[in-house]
Amino acid sequence: MADIAHPTRLESLAGRAIGATGVMLTPAPAAHRVVLRADPREAEALSKALGLELPAAPKTSARTDTGRLIAWLGPDEWLIIDENGDPAADLAKAAALHSAVDISHRNTAILVTGKGARATVQGGCPQNLSERAFPVGSASRTVLGKIEVVILRTGAEEFRVECWRSFADYAFGVLSEAAKDCLA
Amino acid sequence: MSGANRIKGKGRLTPAKTLRFTFDRKVLTAVEGDTLASALLANGIHLTGRSFKYHRPRGMLSAGSEEPNALLDVGRDAARRTPNIRATVQEVYDGLQAKSQNRWPSLAFDVGGINNLASPFFAAGFYYKTFMWPKAAWKKLYEPIIRAAAGLGVAPSERDPDHYANHFIHCDVLVIGGGAAGLTAALAAAHAGAEVIVCDEQAETGGAFHHDTDATVDGVSGWDWAQAATAELRAMDNVKVLTRTTAFGYQAQNHVVLVERVTEHLANPDASLPRERLWQVRARQVIIATGAIERHMVFANNDRPGIMLASAARTYLNHYGVAVGSKVGVYTACDSAWSAAFDLKQAGVSVPAIVDVRTDPDPALVARASELGIEVLSGQAVLDTSGKLRIKSMKVGKASAGSTRDIAVDALIMSSGWTPSVHMYSQSRGKVVWDEEGQRFLPGHHVQACASVGACSGVDDLADAMDGAAKAGHEAAKAAGVETGPVWTAPDADTATLWTGSMMGSAAGAGPETTVKAFVDFQNDVTAKDIRLAVREGMHSIEHVKRFTTNGMATDQGKTSNIHGLAIAAEMLGKPLPQVGLTTFRSPFTPVTFGAIVTHSRGDLFEPIRRTPMHDWEEAHGAVFEDVGQWKRAWYYPRPGEDMHQAVNRECRTVRESAGMFDASTLGKIEVVGPDAARFLNLMYTNGWDKLEPGRCKYGIMLREDGFIYDDGVVGRLAEDRFHVTTTTGGAPRVMHHMEDYLQTEFPDLKVWLTSTTEQWAVIAVQGPKAREIIAPLVEGIDLSTEAMPHMSLREGTICGVPTRLFRMSFTGEAGYEVNVPADYGDAVWKALWARAEPLGACAYGTETMHVLRAEKGYIIVGQDTDGTVTPDDAGLNWAVAKKKPDFVGIRGLRRPDLIGGGRKQLVGLTTKDPNIVLEEGAQIVADPNQSVPMTMIGHVTSSYWSENCGRSIAMGVVIDGRALKGRTLYVPMPERTIEVEVTDTVFIDKEGVRLNG
Repeated sequence: MADIAHPTRLESLAGRAIGATGVMLTPAPAAHRVVLRADPREAEALSKALGLELPAAPKTSARTDTGRLIAWLGPDEWLIIDENGDPAADLAKAAALHSAVDISHRNTAILVTGKGARATVQGGCPQNLSERAFPVGSASRTVLGKIEVVILRTGAEEFRVECWRSFADYAFGVLSEAAKDCLA
Repeated sequence: MSGANRIKGKGRLTPAKTLRFTFDRKVLTAVEGDTLASALLANGIHLTGRSFKYHRPRGMLSAGSEEPNALLDVGRDAARRTPNIRATVQEVYDGLQAKSQNRWPSLAFDVGGINNLASPFFAAGFYYKTFMWPKAAWKKLYEPIIRAAAGLGVAPSERDPDHYANHFIHCDVLVIGGGAAGLTAALAAAHAGAEVIVCDEQAETGGAFHHDTDATVDGVSGWDWAQAATAELRAMDNVKVLTRTTAFGYQAQNHVVLVERVTEHLANPDASLPRERLWQVRARQVIIATGAIERHMVFANNDRPGIMLASAARTYLNHYGVAVGSKVGVYTACDSAWSAAFDLKQAGVSVPAIVDVRTDPDPALVARASELGIEVLSGQAVLDTSGKLRIKSMKVGKASAGSTRDIAVDALIMSSGWTPSVHMYSQSRGKVVWDEEGQRFLPGHHVQACASVGACSGVDDLADAMDGAAKAGHEAAKAAGVETGPVWTAPDADTATLWTGSMMGSAAGAGPETTVKAFVDFQNDVTAKDIRLAVREGMHSIEHVKRFTTNGMATDQGKTSNIHGLAIAAEMLGKPLPQVGLTTFRSPFTPVTFGAIVTHSRGDLFEPIRRTPMHDWEEAHGAVFEDVGQWKRAWYYPRPGEDMHQAVNRECRTVRESAGMFDASTLGKIEVVGPDAARFLNLMYTNGWDKLEPGRCKYGIMLREDGFIYDDGVVGRLAEDRFHVTTTTGGAPRVMHHMEDYLQTEFPDLKVWLTSTTEQWAVIAVQGPKAREIIAPLVEGIDLSTEAMPHMSLREGTICGVPTRLFRMSFTGEAGYEVNVPADYGDAVWKALWARAEPLGACAYGTETMHVLRAEKGYIIVGQDTDGTVTPDDAGLNWAVAKKKPDFVGIRGLRRPDLIGGGRKQLVGLTTKDPNIVLEEGAQIVADPNQSVPMTMIGHVTSSYWSENCGRSIAMGVVIDGRALKGRTLYVPMPERTIEVEVTDTVFIDKEGVRLNG
């Protein structure tokens, strides 16, 4: 029963990675994820509990040195990602009215890195992801091919593509296909 | 050697770089940079195919994408061949295989040519009137034969082995067209600091400089300037130059779609390269610089191989170094054809005569012709031509009457003037306006953020075109929000080629009432007489004329024919041409391959395939899957030797005898959180939620505004302010949107938030008498006794050491649990449960067994037993509608008289008199089987199965006032027999529900 006491996590993209010329696709490590819903007027108290300011402007994100990442998804909606501490535990301490729902297993992410990263993501995403329109730190809920994704630009040549678990296979497929012509 | 007609010292190709290709299996030589058309012409080949309807011999008309005739089947192998490729666009690569189309047994001798003799049958509108009788023969005889004889190429039968790339891209300024105007506009916009994309459909930029060698720009030849300008653009960081790239669709909000042919010109393309790239450009500003397209002359037998546009002949000579003939006649209404004649003559080609319909052509041109020794026949016409597979002579004379003269020629070049290419402008929703002076349609008001420059906007003079383009480029950058610097001005430019002179419609010799074939639309074989006939038969709108004759409806979109057709119709109608109007241009500008349109959306990526966390285990255990929306769900688990029926019977029996495990992960889940959560659910569901205690769950029904059932599911209360809502698998996204929509628009004051958790949780249903025994040793922190955890309750704890939301609920009628665990643990927990379940005699079961088991209990499936017109009362679920609630979505709908009164279809059980007959779902039900047809149908079967547990078939259906008919016999008429059924209760097993509490 030892294995039952410690069941292993089977992530949807376990073991998959692709290195094409100019671009790498890597499944992101498991992380705590929380969808935070709250009246923006409560942002200050919630920011305090989370240890960083909730972004208030569309298409932006905030990040701590320890890697906690918050993406603005809507006027009352944020996606919080943290590979270490559980944001839900921090939010539980906040007195401000809010909804925090654990979606650590709902989402999975693909890291797209390299010179061809932008062209790869643009192979399926119609949004303008140029440096000018989508600088480092930008985040947006948008589409990739036929699915909904959240795209975060974590570096000049680094994108994080978040999608629901069962769509990861499709997202990985579309990105792999786009990576073949990433113009790098 | 690269063809006998190659003229030494002419053209821009390097003669030493030769390539080999085949045409109808014959090996020929080309020069690098040749198009298929130029290479064939260099080898003295004009005849490339047979026409669409009459199978007339045809050759190259043009040197560009407007080509209607020279359509070939081109490829490198069986899987990589494409029909209907324009020889004038396709570049030759070493090893290219080209075949002529639409001919049998050979190009030179074609049986289908009989259509030409039978042409009285194929006049305009022949489809609509010729073969109407006898009616039966149309489908079996006439249509197949006509379709086989007419038509173009044949699609490849093999799978396309190549891949295609899609790129979404944004820019400040998109310039469509890389001719003098386009390059100038691009330079001006780029120097102003804008991000620019400039595309051109040809292999090299330069536009009209391909043929016009009279031009000088900035002190060098126009061509050299264009190449230097392109190099300058390519070197700039803010510019992308795309050649071999056609803008084919101009959509809303400056979304312009381009297709780039990446490998179609390469002998050995790198396998990593896409065959084509689709560029979906979103441009702040668009500059249309698409130039003008030369028109042919409409006269008798104007379609013989060897007859082509003057600018095309000039392109073949000046760019490819190929003479299109050795004795070339000229027939024109426009000055530019004279320049072509002069170039040919100076290259050593005999030019017996220039026939100009105008009585007073430009004296300077006449003088130059006489200087070169070319006879000028002004005020005359080419009345007819001769030659079978190639033109042999032209008959020249005055249009009115008088003597005629045959002049021997082996090519005839022609021009009736230039049509500004307003395709992109028209696609952008712009309406063309008539330019009386220039006798042409031009862009008017630009509806989208775009501008037209150069010849496509009616600016003929080179210097004017470039000046205007430079200003437009700068303005576009400014309008795109770029902080522009000083204005970049266009260099000095001039050309001796003149573009004046135009004639529209048929020339002398094309009618008016003769039987001659004077072609207007080459690709669809439409003649001047066809258009006259259409008008005589009552087609007075150009839209009707177009459809009746199919003029302009071929793949070339009437680039050369539309204006001629319009002019002939206008003449017949006695109306000025602009009053008859121009038809609308639509996407695509030129044909686009399916591969380029589809790009990566094919095979496994055509549609997302969603798999549950336990999918691999299910597959390994032999599950057969069914598609439920995008999901793959385990349908049944056949053991060796079992068919579906046997497997489902075994699974159904096992669940009720011991237990079964079922993957319910695809059920929709929504977490509803906030102090007003219960209030919100009161509004969204028919039931009341205030009294539901944390730790309990309840079945809920959701209606639309009209009172009909929209979805159903079990809702659990985790805490005062937190609910775990489940929806049907198919309903998950729409229920989420439905709820969010009401929350944001109708109930924005409620403090409650929704989050989809469908994929957060893997759900394992463990159902049956042994369910508790299976899960008990793995669960910690939850008292599983019925007293502590009764039917319809919910607890949080751990299973196998991972957190779980454990529901005690049932969709089978057995005692059972639905184990929710975080999705990544689904596989491990399932395996742990299976290790317990299997030794206890339990089985894994799929969706088919789930359907049977729920039907045995009369549980409905929304979308199967309901169809969007079923109320809770119709479905026998009135108990789930709160009577005292003041409001919920659908409450007003439910009060409508039609929804309350009698005569509604109600859900009932149906048992066949013969227990072995399983009814067909969807079968109609009647009261009297002996009534005359059409019978009065009083209902239909919604669910029907063989129930192994009942030892007979069972069914549910909706029947008018069905609940009052219990015990009555009704009838299900089927083609081979009429089946007797008895109306029953919907519960077939354990009517008291004792098993749920086991």
